[in-house]
Amino acid sequence: MTITEDAPGHVGSRRLRKEDPALLTGEAKFIDDLALPGAIWVGVVRSSEAHANIVGIDGSAALEIDGVNEVLSGEDLAPLWGEGALPCAWPVTPDMKNPAHLPVARGTAKYVGDAVAVVLADSRYAAADGAAAVVVDYEPLPAVVEIEDAVADGAPLVHADLESNECYTWGLWGDNAPAIEAAFAEAAHVVSERYLQQRLIPAPMEPRGCAAVPSPAGGELTLYSATQIPHILKVMTAVVLGIPENKLRVVAPSVGGGFGCKLNVYAEEILCSALAMQRGAPVRWTEGRAEAAVSTIQGRGQVQHIELAADADGKVTAVRVKLLADMGAYLQLVTPGVPLLGGFLYHGCYDIPNYMFECTSVFTNRTPTDAYRGAGRPEATYAVERAMDSLAVSVGVSPEEIRARNFIGADAFPYESAAGLVFDSGDYQTVLDKAVALADIDGRRAEQAQRRASGSSKRIGVGFSSYVEMCGLAPSRVLASLDYGAGGWEAATVRISPTCKVQVVTGSTPHGQGHETCWSMIVADQLGVDPDDVEVLHSDTAVSPTGLDTYGSRSLAVGGTAVYMATEKVIDKARAIAAHQLEASEDDLEFSGGVFRVRGTPEAEVPLAGIAFAAFTAHDLPDGMEPNLEAHVTYDPPNFTFPNGTHIAVVEVDTDTGDVDLIDYVAVDDCGVQINPLVVEGQVHGGILQGAAQALYEDAVYNSDGQLVSANLGDYLVPSAAEAPRFRLDSHATPSPTNPMGVKGVGEAGTIAAAPAVINAVVDALRDLGVTDVDMPASPQTVWRAIADAQGGAS
Amino acid sequence: MTAVTLTVNGTERSLDVEPRTLLVHALRDDLGLTGTNVGCDSSSCGACTVLVDGQSAKSCTMFAVQADGADITTIEGVADADGTLHPMQQAFHEHHALQCGYCTPGMVMAAISLVEEYPGLDEGGVRHGLEGNLCRCTGYQNIVDAVLAAAGSGGD
Repeated sequence: MTITEDAPGHVGSRRLRKEDPALLTGEAKFIDDLALPGAIWVGVVRSSEAHANIVGIDGSAALEIDGVNEVLSGEDLAPLWGEGALPCAWPVTPDMKNPAHLPVARGTAKYVGDAVAVVLADSRYAAADGAAAVVVDYEPLPAVVEIEDAVADGAPLVHADLESNECYTWGLWGDNAPAIEAAFAEAAHVVSERYLQQRLIPAPMEPRGCAAVPSPAGGELTLYSATQIPHILKVMTAVVLGIPENKLRVVAPSVGGGFGCKLNVYAEEILCSALAMQRGAPVRWTEGRAEAAVSTIQGRGQVQHIELAADADGKVTAVRVKLLADMGAYLQLVTPGVPLLGGFLYHGCYDIPNYMFECTSVFTNRTPTDAYRGAGRPEATYAVERAMDSLAVSVGVSPEEIRARNFIGADAFPYESAAGLVFDSGDYQTVLDKAVALADIDGRRAEQAQRRASGSSKRIGVGFSSYVEMCGLAPSRVLASLDYGAGGWEAATVRISPTCKVQVVTGSTPHGQGHETCWSMIVADQLGVDPDDVEVLHSDTAVSPTGLDTYGSRSLAVGGTAVYMATEKVIDKARAIAAHQLEASEDDLEFSGGVFRVRGTPEAEVPLAGIAFAAFTAHDLPDGMEPNLEAHVTYDPPNFTFPNGTHIAVVEVDTDTGDVDLIDYVAVDDCGVQINPLVVEGQVHGGILQGAAQALYEDAVYNSDGQLVSANLGDYLVPSAAEAPRFRLDSHATPSPTNPMGVKGVGEAGTIAAAPAVINAVVDALRDLGVTDVDMPASPQTVWRAIADAQGGAS
Repeated sequence: MTAVTLTVNGTERSLDVEPRTLLVHALRDDLGLTGTNVGCDSSSCGACTVLVDGQSAKSCTMFAVQADGADITTIEGVADADGTLHPMQQAFHEHHALQCGYCTPGMVMAAISLVEEYPGLDEGGVRHGLEGNLCRCTGYQNIVDAVLAAAGSGGD
């Protein structure tokens, strides 16, 4: 049975979400909603300096505040974790530098926001007052702020005990170097570009928070956290603090968005856990928004050099990429791996035979970076899609034509890329053609020409972005080859109760993605039950003990597949019971609509409900069969999945002010078979706006002293409804052969595609003025300066 | 401590608060109404939006004492007693106008206030009217459509 043949079912329908009522009425409980009478509130004192020796910490003023009970320095707290440090799970090279990252710094603060002391108080207000009243005496040290400065001669060292600021260099070229040299030597067109990926602040609407609740009599600890990864957090907390795993439970309550920044093991989670164990009382912390800007990981932060070699027709023969990536001051959970996730994809969705990628990652005196929606793949897509537009100009063809000449053909799948991946399925040209038709490209270009001819200051630009990404993270053996510290499988359990209600336990950890609805739809179609009769349990290690959580658009392709396979196992068992009851061979049974029937003998049938009850009573089961209908599956995917698409942005640029207005946005995505198009579209909408926000608005701006000057939502421009365009979507499904449902994943697609589409559109609008590149974010000032510079430096 | 009397979702509530207690914390911590969320420190995100005497207000930027004597409506108070969702909540559900749901209570309260104050809004009016409420998940399109539908002025 495959899911697509089972129509008319729930899969493929725009079913409304079962998650909604609790969220719409305020009933859902987020981390700060938990009532914990008597809890100790933690306030974190954070470094105001980018790099400084901590000379002294004076808590006397703080201790005068009513409700403030203790002020503790990193030295005071050190016994809580001993040699334990915050974990980095991805040592990408054997010689990677990974300086010990303590939850609270000792001796030296390495970035603005680095925790240097904590206040323990009776209330949230006292904790905040106390943290503000602690006086820290700093001896400032020279700071490294910008990426390229970190590798300059004589650069100050972020970590004095290291020889340089280099964390690692990782490359992907095999024995390809001579072929690449030859391709560039013989090229008719060479494109060589340098792009900047500014740092971004993930800014889920819910800041982080955690609460550690001990049960002192038995020595257990429950850690509640606004996290994407309760399972990984549990293992890591156990390892860092030496808490036996069987004494530890981690719960993610309702989580208000993550986008990668809650895929981590943070200082406050370790701190609250350790203090709760020590004090025998609940310890809690809730992050403030300005605090989040420096204490939660940031995204991106790369300087990219990309070169394309192409023949006279614009067929690309080689791509060569060198990155400098900003790790920040320390390595968080997967910080060093983020550039690698893009490192396989700098050839985009093009058939390019020669590939070379090299990344040098560096330490700076800034907040650590880590995975942010797309994690490496938006950066890769940006570089290759911007460079392809430059190539189109060099060859003298349209953006859509240069893409058409280079696409991996629909008949080439499974396609082995020069970077060593095997792409599962796709029809990139059809996807692009659909996008072109939807966007009315001819009409837009006519308008563009008319405005240029009339000398209008309101220029029109059309920008393309064709992308492919690797999702469904990940085959465990591939992760091993990349030195990742865990597997990539996912677990599921499916149980049918005596009254034929279905319980699904998933190792995925939703925080807005709609897993309860979608997993219910999958299982309901398989079993012939109503989705409302399916409950989906998740995000609590006491309920769902086995899992690897939600990130990298993996939940459906890996976690959903595990659910599907566990349900199939349950059906297999039910079939054996049905055959026993009907005195028929299992091979003669068919199962549809929740009923087993003997083929050719329609009156011989038994409903699943009857089998569920029989499995429960166990009065008359086949010899040797265990009672109950239940199955567990741990699914390790054989390959990644490769969602793809073409997005087209249309912008209006005011050449007098530099203001960019996103006036149309068309997206055609191939995320494989869609379980719920309503949910898919929602993911695409939100993803696009996050990508467009990188292109136009968002920037974690640091001054030369290493101070973050865009730390709150007044200065860091998360777009509102007023900036957002209306998105026009279409799709084209090439089912993935990697998994039985043919699904691929869609959580990051919009973000991966959008930034290059928007910047390509801005550059397209201004190309006749001599503009060839505009840095992100394309703020009015940046655009205005790009125009002025192109017009002869009139600024 | 200062005595404050609020009528919250139709019920009169008396409480003692520090003068600097924000309305949102009085609602959340003193009255246990945790549906109203806090998303920023700077009045930027609107997650904490409630109705104060029928008008939307950001409860993180208002002291509880300023609301003394006022009629407050929070997200817990807009559905019917039998659980029937308010038309705005229902429209958000039907248009998939929420994902993680953290901005949702504030967004719904702001939208209820907006369509009440400005009947007949078009799409642009809704977009500008909700400028003070940020959502990171939805890209706003489904929120805008939900508000237009609830306002009876169109939407898909």
